[in-house]
Amino acid sequence: MEALIALSIGVLTGCGVYLVLRARSFPVVLGLTLMSYAVNLFLFATGRLVIGQPPVIGGGTYTDPLPQALVLTAIVIGFAMTAFVIMLALRARAELGNDHVDGER
Amino acid sequence: MNAHLPILPVLAPFAAAVLLLAMRGLPMATRRWIAVISVLAQIAIAVGLLMAVAEGEILVYRLGDWPAPWGIVLVADPLAAWLMLTTTLLALFAVIHAGDGTDRQGRHFHVLFQMQLFGIAMAFLTGDLFNLFVAFEILLIASYGLLLHGGGAARVRAGLHYVILNLIGSTLFLFAAGLIYASLGTLNMADIARQAGSVGAENLGLARTGGLLLFAVFALKAALLPLFLWLPGAYANTAAPVAALFAIMTKVGAYALLRADTLMFGPDSGALAGLYETWRLPLALATLAAGMIGALAAPNLARLAAWLVIASIGLLLTAFSFGTAGIAAGLYYLPHSTFAAALLFLLAEALRRRRHASADFFTPERDLRRHALWGGLFFFAAVAAAGLPPLSGFLAKFMILRAASGPVWVAVLLAALFGTIALARAGSALFFSTRTVEIPPADAPPVLVDQRPGELPDPPSAPRELTAIIGLAGLILALTFAAGPAAQFTDRIAQQLSTPGSYVHAVLGGER
Repeated sequence: MEALIALSIGVLTGCGVYLVLRARSFPVVLGLTLMSYAVNLFLFATGRLVIGQPPVIGGGTYTDPLPQALVLTAIVIGFAMTAFVIMLALRARAELGNDHVDGER
Repeated sequence: MNAHLPILPVLAPFAAAVLLLAMRGLPMATRRWIAVISVLAQIAIAVGLLMAVAEGEILVYRLGDWPAPWGIVLVADPLAAWLMLTTTLLALFAVIHAGDGTDRQGRHFHVLFQMQLFGIAMAFLTGDLFNLFVAFEILLIASYGLLLHGGGAARVRAGLHYVILNLIGSTLFLFAAGLIYASLGTLNMADIARQAGSVGAENLGLARTGGLLLFAVFALKAALLPLFLWLPGAYANTAAPVAALFAIMTKVGAYALLRADTLMFGPDSGALAGLYETWRLPLALATLAAGMIGALAAPNLARLAAWLVIASIGLLLTAFSFGTAGIAAGLYYLPHSTFAAALLFLLAEALRRRRHASADFFTPERDLRRHALWGGLFFFAAVAAAGLPPLSGFLAKFMILRAASGPVWVAVLLAALFGTIALARAGSALFFSTRTVEIPPADAPPVLVDQRPGELPDPPSAPRELTAIIGLAGLILALTFAAGPAAQFTDRIAQQLSTPGSYVHAVLGGER
């Protein structure tokens, strides 16, 4: 499971960085979204991966609840930011006449 | 009341924002009054906070009364109070200036302005790393709205860069916070400092990576080289009061760097102590150089001011690299450079309103009406921004040089020279090279550039504009005259920062 999670985070981040470096606003927005997915998964893993254990304090091992709270906050904020950047990209498309991030063709 | 003092700087702007949002049907004049009264109340709170911590007390406010490190704490120490006072004083004159028409160019200006202050106050006061992330998000999303306020192609283009870069920065922040939690098991900044001393070898790499990622995030906020290229476009194209308020935004990044440097990776942090030392000074000096080169190349006053903001961050972090005396000098320089940058942005807007054809570009134009007033104000701002005597910028630079070592002297003095040249060039182009052109005959084809001789007319009314500009100049004068007490106070802050044990003890209790 560790390998799978690590691979998912790595692939998502790699794709996100690649897309963010594109010159058009839509791939950039997609790239930002992929990166925020990657960081959400990553935050989950920071509490160490545990399966089938109660949250908070059980006997012996337990699932760390704090990263889950952090992920929840990060999801909400990331969602709002994505919505905002999509609106801004549309506005830039309208004002600048094209979807290049520098406003040039 | 006193027990709740640390949360008031956060609550006051938030309450004002909610009030303004709920009462958006009110006439603009009423909303302006609410905004100004709210900022005045925040100044009063900041003064109260400063007086409460003047002897070096550290007030800890536990949200929901959960004890640290399990709950989130707000920590009002002298550093936070000093920066709160700087922010609120700056905000007063920015909001007065915005009342001169900027707030009519789009909707919800005052709501966003108060939310911005809310985010900044939270960033200064929070004692929790994840809460700092949330504070950054609040101040950023408000800043996106403010930056784009009024619209226009140039603002949207610069705004897109600003938003995308800061979203990437937020993602990095989360990675960094996750790494620190994974390696140290806590997000409370005081607890991070305590745990860092005993971090095991297997987690040391993770903790160092997290700490250095945090450095990258704060460097982006502070516009440190090489992460500063978003700033000139964003600050030069936005509305003047917004740019003036944003003068404190890069300082929020510098504050976060200082806090991380002195507390989380401070002298008591064992293997993590001095994590930023390798990077801070070289990057700061490079930023100072880049800022001055940009200032020399700037085509107009707003862009010149934006490049000087970058240079001031370089100088500020240079100062922070020289131990207690350097931090004390830097903390005296911080409000000065903030006020000077804001003053230049407001003057650029004043010139844009009065010079119809060439705006604030360094091209000849008809003589300004009341040129002695505007030229005098520009001269004052230029002396302040370049750090020449007799104003506080000179005193700050003197203190920085006294704390700094040999080779850095050359860099700081050369930067001051370049800054003086850039500002002198700006002043002579803006005020001395007036255009004297013959009146074209009546049947001549219309010219696109206004070339009629004589003086330019004043815009209809500008009492608020002048109040804001003269007010900011007054703040710089006050900082100059009160240099003694102010320097004593920043010295005390620096002393306190050099012993993070007191902060850790105030938040967590226990030994030390």
